[in-house]
Formats: sequence, structure tokens, C-alpha cells
Amino acid sequence: MMARKSKPKVAVWKFASCDGCQLSLLDCEDDLLAVSQEIEIAHFPEASRAVMKGPYDLSLVEGSITTPHDAERIHEIRKSSKFLITIGACATAGGIQALRNFKDVNDFISIVYATPDYIDTLQKSTPISDHIKVDFELRGCPIDKMQLLEVISAFINGRKPNTPAHSTCIECKRRGTVCVMVAQGKMCMGPVTHAGCGALCPSYDRGCYGCFGPQETTNTGSLSTQLKKLGADDDEIVRTFRGFNAYAEPFRKESELHDKENH
Amino acid sequence: MNKPVIIDPEGLNQLISTLTRMGFQVVGPTVREEAIVYEKLESIKDLPEGFTDEQDGGIYRLKRRSDKALFGYVVGPHSWKKFLHPPERRLWSADSEGNDFKIKPEKLESPKFAFLGVRACEMHAIAIQDKVFINDKYVDPVYQIRRENAFFIAVNCGQAGGTCFCVSMNTGPKVDTGFDLALTEILDTDRHYFVVEVGSDRGAACLEQVTHQQAQNEEVRQAEDVVEKTSGQMGRTLDTTHIKELLYDNLEHPRWDDIAERCLSCANCTMVCPTCFCSTVEDVTDITGTHAERWQKWDSCFTMDFTYLHGGEVRASTKSRYRQWLTHKLASWQDQFGSSGCVGCGRCITWCPPAIDLTEEISQIRDSETQTSKPT
Ligand code: SF4
Ligand code: SF4
Ligand code: SF4
Ligand code: SF4
Repeated sequence: MMARKSKPKVAVWKFASCDGCQLSLLDCEDDLLAVSQEIEIAHFPEASRAVMKGPYDLSLVEGSITTPHDAERIHEIRKSSKFLITIGACATAGGIQALRNFKDVNDFISIVYATPDYIDTLQKSTPISDHIKVDFELRGCPIDKMQLLEVISAFINGRKPNTPAHSTCIECKRRGTVCVMVAQGKMCMGPVTHAGCGALCPSYDRGCYGCFGPQETTNTGSLSTQLKKLGADDDEIVRTFRGFNAYAEPFRKESELHDKENH
Repeated sequence: MNKPVIIDPEGLNQLISTLTRMGFQVVGPTVREEAIVYEKLESIKDLPEGFTDEQDGGIYRLKRRSDKALFGYVVGPHSWKKFLHPPERRLWSADSEGNDFKIKPEKLESPKFAFLGVRACEMHAIAIQDKVFINDKYVDPVYQIRRENAFFIAVNCGQAGGTCFCVSMNTGPKVDTGFDLALTEILDTDRHYFVVEVGSDRGAACLEQVTHQQAQNEEVRQAEDVVEKTSGQMGRTLDTTHIKELLYDNLEHPRWDDIAERCLSCANCTMVCPTCFCSTVEDVTDITGTHAERWQKWDSCFTMDFTYLHGGEVRASTKSRYRQWLTHKLASWQDQFGSSGCVGCGRCITWCPPAIDLTEEISQIRDSETQTSKPT
């Protein structure tokens, strides 16, 4: 293999988010050293104060767009990045804060803040891909650190990352977990959810919460029928689809079908 | 072949220790996560004594029995496929050396498995996978070594499950071939024993280490009655008359659209099916780019990647994917491997969350066909 000329410059950016996804990078423990030997961290406020100017070979973007200022800033980042990957449910779907998209944000502001005038926010929380071209989206709330390593390795080595978009059920069955929906009648989002976590929750005896967003071919209507058979009413179905990926289109549409406020 | 013999539950325990002493890893049914799964067994204490299962479309419930039967249930979410054709395994790895790279093949080693409690439909499923993996031009060496080392203690079903239809598929409930030993469990009011049929020399040799006695005619007859009774209890039936033609003639039947409304494309049916054999490969590198690995993982015809060719999927709709699955199972499998790809175990019905039932779908297609072909 040819020696690389120079290490790729990588920047990590934060928008409206909890920082959990960026921290997955620091959480890579044993692999962190290898990562830092292969890439140059040029901008990563969570990890280091050193800031290098762009352009960057790779930008990892966490968080959703919720303010006019951020809606501007993301364009600057795009301009200074050769390759841009969004990480986590906030950046790829608007995050849990996109719950406000189903209401009027001004109502919240007047209830929550003592001085609402200081708040300059957008009506909706939106994914990065609504604003700029994104080269790759890594799902999850939070993202899976092994998948993050895989995506970075793939980028550095110029190959396609292995992050299958099929159902969580496939991961669940491969690891030999007994289906909690069939064997215990627990509600599970696995059949409509994108793989990536390794079917973590069912392996702890709980239904999947849908942290990785919609899988490649969702049939949310059929899942709702199933959830009703298990005893869920419309409110519960709305809550089930309105999690961290509430604003991802298939989940949003399904929740709206069951939301009384829309009827 | 040797005459049938009788062993009691303690004899079964001796059989497990004998096999363990001979270097086998004994695996079989045990209770875990509210179901009966296949795992490593140390003794008969690990078996699901006094448990049974209730199964229907999309529903499995573990229940208590009123007796102490050790095999009083049918097949669960696992199949022996997970031991013979592991869900995930590394095929090889490679390291770069100067301008070249060196491939390191995986070591071909595997535990010697003794499978305890294999049902008739499962023996047939393994015979079907044999055709795919070893009885053809291209041999899967991992399957081969695991398969050739395996010891089979089959069990004739003492009851059928709510989604079983082996009678329709001619695959059960009586175990007919491929076993080393085959047990029928008998629970009399005052006696709990197994009638054991011997299917191989090593099966006979193993039995020598176990306390046993010759079976009386009456006991053999009782064992036959058990299987007979089970045959009459099938939870499902499937009319297989000209089923290949039926499916080939109905590729545009409206029923496929109806199924697509319900199907989640979740792939649970293919994961639990004991004959489904498809896998994908993933190539990974580490971050330095000097080490690469190729992994094989169970795949399914319900994923998009399965038919991805430059620029798109061949089977983009759920309708086309379900149709592919069922048509392969019941029709084109016959052209490809000379038998049905379905053994009637019912797993795909039980473990399908929205309870899509192939026996029902086939009967709907068949009925509407009969109607349309009838002169009016
Ligand atoms: S537990 Fe959930 S993720 Fe696992 S197979 Fe069942 S429905 Fe799918
Ligand atoms: S399908 Fe037949 S052989 Fe298989 S578990 Fe059911 S009764 Fe037993
Ligand atoms: S298609 Fe269904 S019933 Fe037939 S062998 Fe597979 S899982 Fe069993
Ligand atoms: S038939 Fe059932 S188990 Fe199979 S993919 Fe469709 S919904 Fe999932």
C-alpha cells in the first residue's frame, strides 16, 4: 500500500444537540490512539482547544438546525469541507427537539423562558440535509461508536462504509435474541427501524425505541396495526413514533395519522 | 439395524455425559427469554422440564404443563442452522506487506456438536441445507466440517404446535432418516421413559454406555401411537398439489398486493426459517488501512442490498420481495434443488410480527384461481 502524503484534516462541529454523538468519538478508547495517528483533528472543541483553519478534508457534523444563525453557519462549514458526514438523530432527522415541529414554537417559548424576547429561534428543528448537501449520514441516538470508527476508516481508505439500512430485526435474529414482540407481546419498533445498534434493547428484554430512524423500506402502517393488536391506542402510537427520529418522514407521517389534533 | 430400546430420564442424562466425555458439545432445547431456544446443555436439568409453547401467527407463549415432560413442546425461534451455518463469521483476513498483501485464511476448526431434540421437520431442513452447502459443486467448508462432525439425537414429536404442518410437507412428525438415535417420550401415569430407535453404529456404541433395556412390543406400539396422535393435531395444512405451477401461473395475482400491505420487510421469516441459506459478505479495513477482513453474515431476500445492481434494486417493492421469497420456497426451489424449500415447521408464521401465514396465502391464491378457472 502506498504511504499517504499527509493526514486528512478532520473537523467536528456541533449544532443543536446533547454532545453525546461527538463524545462517541472520545469513547473509542483503544482505537482512539490509532484514529489520532491517522487523522489530524483540526477542530474539535470538545476534545482540544487547538483550532486549525479550514479547508477540512472531513467534517463530522452533530446536531440539528434550530436558529437563523446556525442556518447560516452550516453553509460556511460546507464550503470549507471536502467531505461532510452528519452524525446522530439530531443531524440526520432533527432530533428529539423536532417534537416542537408538531406545535407552534412560540407557545413553548412563552411558557419556558422568563424573557421570551431574548430567544431567536426557528419554527422547526431540521436535519442538516435540509440545508446543505450531505455526503453521508450516520444514524443513531446516540450513534454506535463502532459504526463511527467504520465510517472514518472507510473515508480514510476510500471505500464504502458497511452500515446496512435493513431492519433492526435482522440484527436481533443474528444475535439469537428471542423476539420480545412475538414471545411477550411487547411493543417494538425493530421492524421499521434502521439497523446499527445491534438490536440492543430487545437483548435487554425491551422493545426497540427506533433510535436509528426508519429502515430502508418502512411499512409503518402495518406496524401500527400490530401495535393496536398489542393494546396500544392512538396516543400511544403517536408517542411511539415521536421519539428521537420523530421528524424523519415515515415516522412523522405515521404519527400524524394517529394524532387527534390533525383530525 | 438394532432393535428399539428403553431408557429413562436418568439414562438420557447418562447419554449427555457420555457424549460430553466423547468430546461433543451437547446442544439442545432450554428456556431463555420466555421461549425455548437451543443452547449448550450440561445435563437434563437444562431441558425445559414441564414447559410447553402455544403458537399462532405472530404469537409465541411459553406455558407450564401439568406433567414433567422434557420434550413437551415444538420448535422455537432458533434452529440448528445457527450452529451449522453461523449467523456471522470471518472468512479471512489480510495484512499489507510492503507493496503486497498476505491473506490469512481462517482456521477450519469447530466444536463437535451433538444435537439433542432434533425434530423430524428439522432433520429434513438439514438435509435440504446439505444439498445447498455440501452436495453440490461448491462446498462450504465450515458447514461441511460442522455437519460431518455432528451427532443427532432426534425426538419424535409428542404433540404438534399451532403453526406446524409437517404432515402436509411429508417431513414429520416421525423422524425417518439421518439420526444416530431417535427418542419418543412416553409419560404414563406411573412411568416416564423413552423408546429409542438406533440409526447408526456410533449411536449404538453410545447407547452401550447408558443403562437401557430392550423395548417390549407394547412399548414400541405406544411410541407409534404418540406419533400417530401428533399427526392428527397439525395446527396448519398446506395443499401442495401442483404448487409449483400454481405459483408460476399467479405471479400477478392481486393477493401479492394484499400481502405487501401487511409485510414489514423485516426479514424475520427468513432468519428463522431452517432452510433459508442466503448470506452477504462485508469487507472491512481497520483505520490504518493495513489490515482487512471479510465477514459473512446471514442475509435476506427482504433487504434492498440483496438485489442491488449498479444503480438500483431489482426487487424494489415489498410485493416483489415477498413473492420472490414464497415462490422460491415452494416452487423454484424444486427446480433448483429437487425438493420443496419448506419443511412445514411453522416458524415463519409464528415469528412474523404481523402474522403473515404462507399456508393461508397459498390457499387464498388457490381458491381464487379455482373460482376464476371455473366456467361461469
Ligand atoms: S424484538 Fe423487535 S427488533 Fe427483535 S425481531 Fe422482534 S420486532 Fe424485531
Ligand atoms: S412441524 Fe412436525 S416435526 Fe416439526 S415440530 Fe411440528 S409436529 Fe414436530
Ligand atoms: S418456509 Fe416457514 S414453515 Fe417452511 S420451513 Fe421455512 S420457516 Fe418453516
Ligand atoms: S412476511 Fe412477515 S416476517 Fe417476513 S418480512 Fe414480511 S412481515 Fe417480516
